[in-house]
Amino acid sequence: MIDVKNLTKKFGNILAVDSLTFHVDEGEIFGFLGPNGAGKTTTTRMLCCLISKTCGEAKIAGYEIGNIAHSLEIRKIIGLVPDNVGLYNELTAYENLDFYGKLYECSKKQRKENIEYYLTMMGLWENRDQSVGSFSKGMKQKIAVARALVHNPKLLFLDEPTANLDPESSKVVIDFILQFKKEGKTIFLNTHKLDEAQRICDRIGIIKTRLLTVNSPDQLKKSIWGNKTVIQLEEINNSIVTAVKELNPKDFEVVENKIIINVDNPFEENPVIVKAIIKAGGCIQYVTRLNPDLEKAYLKIMEEAK
Amino acid sequence: MRFSKVWTIASKDFKIFRNKKGILYSLIGFQVFVSIGLPLIIQFASTKTGSFSDPIIPRLINAFSFWFVIGAAILPTSIASYSLVGEKLEKSLEPLLATPVTDEEILIGKSLAAFIPAIISIYIGAIIFMSLIDIFSYKKLLFLYFPNWNIAVILFILSPLTCILDIGFNIIISSRVNDTRSAQQIGMLMILPFATIYVLSEMNIISVTVNNLFIISAIVLIIDIILFYLIKNIFRREEILTKWK
Repeated sequence: MIDVKNLTKKFGNILAVDSLTFHVDEGEIFGFLGPNGAGKTTTTRMLCCLISKTCGEAKIAGYEIGNIAHSLEIRKIIGLVPDNVGLYNELTAYENLDFYGKLYECSKKQRKENIEYYLTMMGLWENRDQSVGSFSKGMKQKIAVARALVHNPKLLFLDEPTANLDPESSKVVIDFILQFKKEGKTIFLNTHKLDEAQRICDRIGIIKTRLLTVNSPDQLKKSIWGNKTVIQLEEINNSIVTAVKELNPKDFEVVENKIIINVDNPFEENPVIVKAIIKAGGCIQYVTRLNPDLEKAYLKIMEEAK
Repeated sequence: MRFSKVWTIASKDFKIFRNKKGILYSLIGFQVFVSIGLPLIIQFASTKTGSFSDPIIPRLINAFSFWFVIGAAILPTSIASYSLVGEKLEKSLEPLLATPVTDEEILIGKSLAAFIPAIISIYIGAIIFMSLIDIFSYKKLLFLYFPNWNIAVILFILSPLTCILDIGFNIIISSRVNDTRSAQQIGMLMILPFATIYVLSEMNIISVTVNNLFIISAIVLIIDIILFYLIKNIFRREEILTKWK
């Protein structure tokens, strides 16, 4: 759905985006993570044909960005939720969505059906005739998401869609994104929220002007931390440590009464380690997998990028 | 360019203006002053001079007719400042620019949203103004003073061109300021050249004749064309998203 090759953007002498290369498959949720000023919004704007590229190539559903005729076609098949909701406060929720439906050339019937569907889904149908200016931040954000979907786009760009939302509203938006994915649509998500990215993204790209890495959340964590098994013991003594050492593990450490071992294949290696510890007289309280969160992986990648 | 999209953008702005009482009051207030107030002054002046055929009265009527041009330089300001600076303040330009509309369609839609209410207001005011002048003057002149070529040139050539000039000027201002009040204050500067012409006509230094009105119209048209090319460079989506502060 999205193919990007060496995409670069400069503002004067400032390099905002440096030679990005990645692709996003149809039906995928692709998360774009990075600190402020990393180039996430600039990339989104280039892909939405809002600003020009300096060099490189990018295609959306086969249409080339930078080609004026293709730009209009790209805008027809995408929906954008920018970081600022940008709604018309003087208009009602219905009028806001209807205006965008008209710009996307949806028929009157289609507009009516879609607006009712999305407002009902967001729990805002009863508020359709209220001016958006009287809405809370969460309600406005939901309307902004509905606005991006009113024409049934194939590809949805979301720039920090849950920023400033309370947990309940965030959940509605996230559920909405997952529902959208179920319908086979593609989602490009800019976010700071690592837990959110971990939960809903199929793959994550980490950007800091240039793309540092792209992988699934699990692979990303694994590539940084590997598979680690934690074995909690009642007490640790030298014979237990020696028994573990004799297994020649890739890497292991002892923390209080825990042994943390790096394993390649936990299903084969864990039983062997457990047997060796018991044979050495160890009393195992529990065995678990170390689950480093995405935040640690992200911070490590950022640290390495420095 | 697709007119349906232009009209969608303009009608959205009309819906917004519906709730902005300030815009409505400025359109009505100005026209009440010009279309009712000025004929009453003429009536008062005629009773003082004793005769409507006194040469000062037709000159005064012609000079007062020029107020519609001044109106064309003022009225779009309040609308255009809401239309463009309002979008900037509500940060609604980015989602709008992400839709399949061209820069020209947005620009013309926004311009129409400012042009149509202003010109309608001017025309309604002019009808009332001409009717009152004719009512007050007919018995003394024994002919209808309006319509005449002067007012025709003012209403159908100079006023629309001045509206376009004012809208263009406001678009340029909107790209540089961040609140509607500043936009309106700077936009009001547009009144100065036309007010100067009016004062000069009152001082009998120039007269508001058809020929002079054509000359003024030609000058305004040239400035409109120059502004059009300036705006074309300012009103580009990349410029709007990255440089409009």
